[in-house]
Amino acid sequence: MGARITIDYITHHYRGQEQPTLDGIEVAIEPGESIALIGLSGCGKSTLLHMLAGLLIPSEGCVRVNGHMVTKPSPRWNMMFQKPSLYPWMTVRENASLGLIFQGQRKGMRERVDHLLETVGLADKADTNVQALSGGQQQRVALARSLATDPEVLLLDEPFSALDAFTRVSLQDEVNRLVRERGLTLVLVTHDIEEAVAMADRVMVMSANPGRIASTLEIPLPTPRDRASHRFVDIKAELMGYFGATRLPVTPTTRDIRETPEKPAARAA
Amino acid sequence: MNRTATLKLPQYSGRNLTLGLVRGADTVRRRLQYPALGIALLLALWWWGGMVIANNPDTMAFASFAPGPTLVAFWDLVSTGAVWSPIESSLQRVGLGLVWAIAIGVPLGVAIGYFLQLRQLTHVPFQFLRMISPLAWMPIAVLAFATWDAAIIFLIAIAAVWPITYATAHGVQRIDPMWFKVGRNLGAGPYHTLRRIILPAIAQDVFAGIRLAVGVAWIVLVPAEYLGVTSGLGYAINDARDTLEYDKLAAIVLVIGIIGYLLDAICVRLIKRSSYREE
Repeated sequence: MGARITIDYITHHYRGQEQPTLDGIEVAIEPGESIALIGLSGCGKSTLLHMLAGLLIPSEGCVRVNGHMVTKPSPRWNMMFQKPSLYPWMTVRENASLGLIFQGQRKGMRERVDHLLETVGLADKADTNVQALSGGQQQRVALARSLATDPEVLLLDEPFSALDAFTRVSLQDEVNRLVRERGLTLVLVTHDIEEAVAMADRVMVMSANPGRIASTLEIPLPTPRDRASHRFVDIKAELMGYFGATRLPVTPTTRDIRETPEKPAARAA
Repeated sequence: MNRTATLKLPQYSGRNLTLGLVRGADTVRRRLQYPALGIALLLALWWWGGMVIANNPDTMAFASFAPGPTLVAFWDLVSTGAVWSPIESSLQRVGLGLVWAIAIGVPLGVAIGYFLQLRQLTHVPFQFLRMISPLAWMPIAVLAFATWDAAIIFLIAIAAVWPITYATAHGVQRIDPMWFKVGRNLGAGPYHTLRRIILPAIAQDVFAGIRLAVGVAWIVLVPAEYLGVTSGLGYAINDARDTLEYDKLAAIVLVIGIIGYLLDAICVRLIKRSSYREE
């Protein structure tokens, strides 16, 4: 089951910086909710995620998971990074088992890990060295590794950004499905707006210098989400508007690009 | 693919076998031709040097350094078994010296590589100590240790500890910081970080350091054995010089070179085996 996360008035200063990196962030995340944090580079979204993971302690304020203050990493909340960072001297199974080994939970470890590898579609690769895997497969191993300790919270730090478009979409959908099946609370940091709309129940747009939550957008779409649906595309466009990139920069009220062929459509990142 | 192969194999097997053998021989020849040439060149140089020494009236007395007498003496040492006892004593000393060097060097290297402050603290003292010839410690070693053997083992250890320490430290510094972060994120404590992350990551660097250390130790061994002890290859060289048996002296040099080469080859194997990189 997912956990309730509260971010209690976090302000953070990095040493030697005038402006706070994060300024007065206050958020409550419900159990089982999926949140996306988006914003330009340097807005502190990744810093905030590291604080949720207990990898960084804020200068002021704190993070609570089910009311307990986060002071260090725990198997109950787990972070996935942009790079899978698997240990190249280990097989797929050994990598996926690490969290359990570190926790000393060796009882039933093998069955549990093998079941997870089956879930992420790597059952036949269990004894393969991870160096032989593709980028997408490596990120799947990282996902299995994160889920092995049965966390209540999954934190994702742009984990699909280094993958090709097809692999990215299939992994987004897969993580989405797994997270919702298990009722996990998900916090996703990304600068890919489509990813945010595809995965989150609520998107928080962050502004930089100082890092604040500029606005919050609910995404009331059922999952799995049809990325070609009008509402999906509309929400994407609305989010792009926050970054000054609309589908039509001159006439932002126009709904369909094809009606105004003389004006080139803006290509949002 | 497979079916055609099984169908054709009986028909062509005889020809395939011959072809395979020819091809195998070809690969062997290609892999060995340059190493063989290198050995031949060294032998030729040795033979030429022996000629020069034999033809010069001033150096004629040392003519048995030449390949002919040396190889005869070498065969004599091997066939009578006289060669094994000095080899055994020398290898024992080098082995013990290396055990100490590894026992001190690896933990020290891990600590220096991991903690920046320790690296800064030890830099000047260690570089200073490292540059002192191990043989300069000889008088102190003799005073400090009760036996000659212990003194020699100390000299080998103090020579061998630096390459191991610094290769280990270098390996630790090169570890991807993300590996530490992922470990921390999964709840790894200091023991697991060392056992599951640091040690496997640096294994190859450690063995590379041990390879350098073996080279240094083997070089330091001979002069260290010139003093005090009455066994070992260094002693055998000194003994042969005192009895003017230059052919035997050169044969011992040959033995030292061969064993050194073999020790290095073992280290190369260990380095390859400890690598986690897939070919």
